[in-house]
Amino acid sequence: MKQTARIISIHAADTSGVCSMLYELGGMVVVHDASGCNSTYSTHDEPRWYRQDSMIYISALTETDAILGNDEKLIADIAAAAKDLSPNFIAVCGAPVPLLAGTDFPAIAAEIEARTGIPAFGLHTSGMHSYLAGASEALEAVVSHFCTEALPRTDAPSANIIGATPLDFSVNGAVESVIGWLKKSGFELVSCMAMGSTLDDIRRASAAHVNLVVSSCGIAAAELLRKRFGTPWIAGVPVGEKFSARLASALKTAAASGGCALTCAERDASAPGRKLAIPGEAVFSGSLAAAIEADLGTPCRVLCPLEAEDRLLAPGDLRIFDEDAASAAFAEASGVIADPMYAPVCPPDVPFFRLPHEAFSGRCYRKESLNLIDHPLPWRF
Amino acid sequence: MLKRLNGEDDMTGAEVAIRDADFPVPFVSGLEYNAPARGPWNIVHTGMLIPESHQVFACAQGCLRGVVLTAAEMLAMDRMSWISVDKSDLFDGSLERNIVDGTAEIIRKLPKKPRAVLLFISCVHLFAGCDFEFMLDELRAMFPDIDFIDCYMNPTMRKSGLTPDQLMRRQLYAPFAPCPADPKTVNLIGNDRPTDASSELVQLIGNAGRELRDITQCRTYDEYMRMAKSQLEITYLPTAKASGDALEKRLGRKHLYLPLSYDFDEIERNLGILADALGVPAPDWTGAKRKAVRALEQAKAVIGGTPVEIDYTATPRPVGLAALLAEHGFRVTRVYTDAMIEEERPAFERLRALAPELLLTATVHAKMRFAGKGVHECGDVLAVGQKAAYFSGTKHFVNIVSGGGMYGFDGVVRLAERMADAATHEQDTETVIQYKGLGCRSCL
Repeated sequence: MKQTARIISIHAADTSGVCSMLYELGGMVVVHDASGCNSTYSTHDEPRWYRQDSMIYISALTETDAILGNDEKLIADIAAAAKDLSPNFIAVCGAPVPLLAGTDFPAIAAEIEARTGIPAFGLHTSGMHSYLAGASEALEAVVSHFCTEALPRTDAPSANIIGATPLDFSVNGAVESVIGWLKKSGFELVSCMAMGSTLDDIRRASAAHVNLVVSSCGIAAAELLRKRFGTPWIAGVPVGEKFSARLASALKTAAASGGCALTCAERDASAPGRKLAIPGEAVFSGSLAAAIEADLGTPCRVLCPLEAEDRLLAPGDLRIFDEDAASAAFAEASGVIADPMYAPVCPPDVPFFRLPHEAFSGRCYRKESLNLIDHPLPWRF
Repeated sequence: MLKRLNGEDDMTGAEVAIRDADFPVPFVSGLEYNAPARGPWNIVHTGMLIPESHQVFACAQGCLRGVVLTAAEMLAMDRMSWISVDKSDLFDGSLERNIVDGTAEIIRKLPKKPRAVLLFISCVHLFAGCDFEFMLDELRAMFPDIDFIDCYMNPTMRKSGLTPDQLMRRQLYAPFAPCPADPKTVNLIGNDRPTDASSELVQLIGNAGRELRDITQCRTYDEYMRMAKSQLEITYLPTAKASGDALEKRLGRKHLYLPLSYDFDEIERNLGILADALGVPAPDWTGAKRKAVRALEQAKAVIGGTPVEIDYTATPRPVGLAALLAEHGFRVTRVYTDAMIEEERPAFERLRALAPELLLTATVHAKMRFAGKGVHECGDVLAVGQKAAYFSGTKHFVNIVSGGGMYGFDGVVRLAERMADAATHEQDTETVIQYKGLGCRSCL
């Protein structure tokens, strides 16, 4: 049944996506919520929480304030904290109750900016969408506010990485591996949005020749940079030997021609026959599917349980919106590569290969998370 | 990377000397930070205490994420299912139908039918005026052999009545219906861990020829349901008091609230009330008191002048504990608490006189984000509680939540022993305090 699960997990929500994307940029993020969002995010969705400071807070919304529409308390509390902490920017977003109350976050952000003089933006989260929606809107807002100057392109070929968060990439060296791979492929890094780079690095994004979108949450920001500065983008994650080479080539072509490409979706899963099922975020799963097909010759199908534009899926890929759909798709597969929390709905006669995804299982399997970037694929089918 | 206008050490608004502090709320409310101390139980952990039960959460994705992964981390996903709420559900009249149909489908798919289903709704359902009674009636008609328990994850209403934690502890006993009482049995209600068998409370009940029943000891649903027959309900945690009151009203049993205390007079008074209710003479507690004082002296000899910091997750009476320790010569320097319960007022006044410079420190204040991991340069600290351990940056701490099952004079002895042990042994604080639900199994 739609929206129902007996035993599998649920993906991180849009509020966590916002926090995760903005975590390292020196801004203040406030989720207008009573209590749970911050605890859930900081416990399950944020591996940096213990060791790396960031100004992520909740407003501690109460029933009375929600019913009476006491936005003034939210605004005043944020302004007071901002005075103490001097963030680079302020982002404010909401959980389910503000959605019901019709809270106008862009208007609240405008008021905060007027009072504090600090750039502020309101985001349209509700706790009812996946992390991708929140991360996408948050990054687009950062790019919109701070990537305003058309800088000259760097002398050497260069790129931004767009859409990196621990929800998709963990903190296991994967992002550093993407950066290393870019350099090996002949590209200097201008910024990585948003792991390992500062807000000032991101301000210089327009100097890059091309953008590498590593998660579907990066597409909106990449599109904005394309519209604003003409920077082309390529969507894909460098996994496997042959697909990584193809991706490097696509980046070079894009940098030269200015054309964009969805390299991760340049596959075809529509041929009949059993395939390896890969549920997950579309850009990563599509890249992995392409890599397995190229390096190991095993046909694959991406199963997409998250929001994704149609163009991110290849012919034959499947959207799965609930546990039943996942289970049915697994039953038709030759094998499944997925987060371990999908295992209970995989039929026992279908081989299951564990690939933890923090956006699904949080920290449960962090110890066995795999860095597949620029490494040989660990499976043989 | 981060700049603060008021400088590194400006904790104005986030901490205050007790001599200057307001009671019961010393700090102005504002944005809230969440410290990475995960030992305190949440409603999922508590609900799992009902044997052979299954939990179904109906709420938004963001809220589901926390409860689902709580169950996953405690290796209990086979007892947790969910129904997500979509925006359209709030406006198209399908809210109740989705929950009824979803819950029914989940139950039909379970490999073994549970004895009870804890059905949780959330803030949005209450705001949207959803008819919980209707849903429960439908489900009870469909599955007459299952007890359905209405449960609530409604933190938005935490200041409008009972908190979600109090509500959960109350609903934990909701299936108990009026029945003839068994005069030989006594219930300990609302705890999430067993009380030490050596405590005077447990000893007194046993010595009075009564059997003590406690949900934390129940292994089967039948065992749990037998608690309904007990003649006396005892609670000692403030968050459990509403459970005892509800049982007293519904079952017509006597409820004794004997609050966890570190004040010797109050402990003796509580035990006297219990003895009266059990119909036995109150023992002479002189020996027990002497033992407690001796344990404190022995702990003091080990701990010496090391600063002691206490937080509210370790015990519902952190101020009371601080007062006891200060009275026995410990150098208590800080209590972490965002607010105090009314029961703490006498201890607050005593502590204010004893140690006026002692700091009360908030845990959720926005500035506390930057106060963790030893920023205060306290040097060696002995912490009681995970948040005190985190904020002080110490590796020496007593790892307990909600009193740790220690009660009475015996509880003081045990806590003193734990403190002495913590002073001499290091722990990996970062790892230990991040396990969720202290005492539960964990996949981490």
